[in-house]
Amino acid sequence: MIRQNLLLAAWMLALTLIASGQEVDPRVRLIASKLRCPVCQNESVADSQSELSAQMRTLIRDRLAAGETEDQIVGYFVSRYGEWILLEPPRQGVLWLVWLAPAVALLGGAALVIAYLRRSVRPRAH
Amino acid sequence: MIALLGTGSLLLALVCAVAGLGVLIRGHRRDGPRGLTRGYRAAIGMFTGVSLAVVAMETALIGFDFSIRYVAANVNRVTPLLFRIAGLWGALEGSILLWVWILSGLTVLVAQLYRSRHPTFLPYVLSVLFAIATFFLALIVGPANPFTRLAVTPLDGVGLNPLLQNHLLMAVHPPLLYLGYVGFSVPYAFAMGTLLSGRHRDEWTTLTRRWTLVAWTALTAGLFLGARWSYDVLGWGGYWAWDPVENAAVMPWLVATAFIHSSMVQARRQLLRTWNLGLIIVVFLLTIFGTFLTRSGVIASVHSFTQSLIGPLFVAFLCVATLVSLGALFWRRRQAPEGGFDSPLSRETMMLINNLILVTMAFTVFLGTIFPLVVEVATGAKVTVGPPFFDHMVGPLGVLLLLAIGTGTALRWGRSGRDDLRKLGALAAAAVATTGGLAAAGVHSSTALIALGATVFVALAQVTEYARGALAHRAATGEGLLASVGALFSINPQRYYGYLTHLGLVVAVAGIIASQSGRIEVQGHLAVGETIQVGAYTLRLESLEALVGADRIVVAAPLAIGILDATAQAGTARSSGDVDILRPSENFFRQSRTPIATPAVRSTWRDDLYVALLAFDPKEQSAVVRVVISPMVSWLWAGGAIMVAAGVLALWPTRGR
Amino acid sequence: MADSRTVMPRHPLPWAWIGMAAAVIPLLLVLASGLRRDPRALPSPLVGRLAPPFDLQLFSGGRLRSAELRGRLVVLNFWASWCVPACTDEAPALQTIWEKYRAKGVTVVGVNIQDREAPARAFIQRFGQTFPAGVDPRGLISIDYGVYGVPETYVIDRSGRTVYKYAGAVSEDLLAPVMAPLLKTR
Repeated sequence: MIRQNLLLAAWMLALTLIASGQEVDPRVRLIASKLRCPVCQNESVADSQSELSAQMRTLIRDRLAAGETEDQIVGYFVSRYGEWILLEPPRQGVLWLVWLAPAVALLGGAALVIAYLRRSVRPRAH
Repeated sequence: MIALLGTGSLLLALVCAVAGLGVLIRGHRRDGPRGLTRGYRAAIGMFTGVSLAVVAMETALIGFDFSIRYVAANVNRVTPLLFRIAGLWGALEGSILLWVWILSGLTVLVAQLYRSRHPTFLPYVLSVLFAIATFFLALIVGPANPFTRLAVTPLDGVGLNPLLQNHLLMAVHPPLLYLGYVGFSVPYAFAMGTLLSGRHRDEWTTLTRRWTLVAWTALTAGLFLGARWSYDVLGWGGYWAWDPVENAAVMPWLVATAFIHSSMVQARRQLLRTWNLGLIIVVFLLTIFGTFLTRSGVIASVHSFTQSLIGPLFVAFLCVATLVSLGALFWRRRQAPEGGFDSPLSRETMMLINNLILVTMAFTVFLGTIFPLVVEVATGAKVTVGPPFFDHMVGPLGVLLLLAIGTGTALRWGRSGRDDLRKLGALAAAAVATTGGLAAAGVHSSTALIALGATVFVALAQVTEYARGALAHRAATGEGLLASVGALFSINPQRYYGYLTHLGLVVAVAGIIASQSGRIEVQGHLAVGETIQVGAYTLRLESLEALVGADRIVVAAPLAIGILDATAQAGTARSSGDVDILRPSENFFRQSRTPIATPAVRSTWRDDLYVALLAFDPKEQSAVVRVVISPMVSWLWAGGAIMVAAGVLALWPTRGR
Repeated sequence: MADSRTVMPRHPLPWAWIGMAAAVIPLLLVLASGLRRDPRALPSPLVGRLAPPFDLQLFSGGRLRSAELRGRLVVLNFWASWCVPACTDEAPALQTIWEKYRAKGVTVVGVNIQDREAPARAFIQRFGQTFPAGVDPRGLISIDYGVYGVPETYVIDRSGRTVYKYAGAVSEDLLAPVMAPLLKTR
């Protein structure tokens, strides 16, 4: 009984098992953590347990073994999925906006605070 | 029958809300207090209607009434009772029903509490609450009706998303989050009442302080429980992923925290009136936006998108609420004489700066959340703004915020003197020294050191305040030191529970920094009887077990845990023997193809050993496990508990002044 | 507390108001227009470029290499047997397209991904599919084509260029207008 259930469950998982195997190479994890799992909702390829992510990790491992660099591998995924696959928007073009806007908001806000303080600070009356 | 009763009750509630709105607007011109009495009755009618609908929905969920589409989609024959009850907030329609229920309850409470004391102010406040309720009631009477029936009654339902029914927290986390969300409608209604009536410009913040605190505490609890839920269920060993749903909850929290501080400045200095009104308006709009974001799927996932009227209606409501609120704010911008600051070197100035940082944080989270949508609408390209972005941007802002909290606590209201600056210097020196000690003790990451230094600075600043207050109290009364510290809380609850909240935050932040920077993760393939070593732990796979339950098959991989002897030589490391057994498992739910992992955790104050079962092979009797060691994760939960406890204690009626 | 030094506010920071209006209104417009976009129309960087070559291990035995399909219009469909209802919806349409357009130079190719062999074979049987179908056990082809989920369909022209991508269930009505101009140019 127990063995049958285990087999049933394992049948569902067989491929995942083969694909994920042992990932001892920290470079695989580093690259995978920069990529978005396409079938998940906000998980990286490194963290996701989906089959596609497992396949992607295997692919990263194989390409590293074939001598490719991190940039080449990331570039390959971008060429297939577009910039969407990058968890962090690249610092280029209009995407600079999202990187700079918080700093601009902080500095602009600081200017407003200073303006407000200059207007509202009163020297002590007595 | 149940469906009819439910829809009927909701219609009744909608009629009451519209009638209440009408009576109050008319009464404002003619009837005076009589209008208010009618408005109160309308509130009770609305609450009764929604309560009946909630009872009807729960009856249907508990009794497996699959003729109702919502029940069929969220419950099946094997769903346990607790999750049938929790099915009310498992999907869009039910969540909105819960939303309205809380809102109508709060409306009755507001009407009851302020009827005799504020007869001229209350009609404005109630009108705003009725207007909000009208929108949500219209939504669930119309396009999001939870009582819609199916043409053919299925024999069994689909069942709740397994991710949602794999943990008990699912039963409490969403209602708390919603209490937080909806709770901010009350201070918002008071703020709008102030704007519409043109009076009560300082009164409203004092009147709503407790309401704000209730909502803030509930939202804080909801956030921490949500983090705990993802830690316990999602299986990757983390607790926060900057998911749009999480962002939707943290944005109003940040702005509300800013509001709590700046309203203190208004209470003391009659300053920042427009700013405070603006903040609470933004909080309210963010709660609506959050509900929309969470439930419409416009950002969360392309696949949950539904082509219904709900999305456009939400956007329309958001537009109307934004334009009316900000329009009213602009219209009343020149209100009355304002107070002034004595000196830029004061606690109120630091609160201004903390407001700036908190609002910038909220803005950053907001920008990151909607940026993909903006880019797509503008250029058609799809981009992702994921966790690394938020970590990079919010992290430094968080350190700045800590510095502002510490400095603000050390400075005094009005004008700080030379002794305050000396104290500040001493605190900074102590923080730097502690940081040096941590570096010597083996913390290498410079970002972690800077953040920990800021944390220590804040903690010392709070402790100093307690010490100063207690010493002064002892000198005055002769009570013991501990009794004096206790006495502080009843002398000035707002201040000293506030410091306690800061301490809770510090504990939580220390947990976040340590667990983020000191995380070790290993994936191992183990045969039964094999051992791997991760950090100072050894894990030996004992066996593979399978259990058949009503709604799922569970496969577990019990692992015997040993702790390496710290004194042993490297290589000849010897385990101290098995100290624990962890049983990570996979759940194969009937209705779902992908298994849901239940990770096992061994938690100590020092670190968490977190094990998730990723895959297994019954023929080879082996398993693939993910082992994560994160230092000090339990501090995060402890810090959250302190923050929530401080909020609850500050609210406790007998302790109030 | 008792602070009697009060001042009438001057016009309070007008730029803040203008900035706020300038930020809020476009935001609301973005939200509104965000609702109208079609979430299924995922842009693929592959469209307009040469399609990645593939080497498919067929269920019927043997292999199918993309080079052998040069000169034919290829409808490349990624599917899985567990993907219900989208894959089951489009399965008959794919077979129809194969039967109708085969003589005109169209080859439908099915790539089974993230699946097990037995249910995949049963799926093909159930819908009586006769076009070449194979399995991509390590996900190499699906990653090469940038597949997000199932089903996804690519149209590759006679020169081997990707011209169209669709995520979701396809139908004859959807693909016929895409194929028609490609079949004319010869």
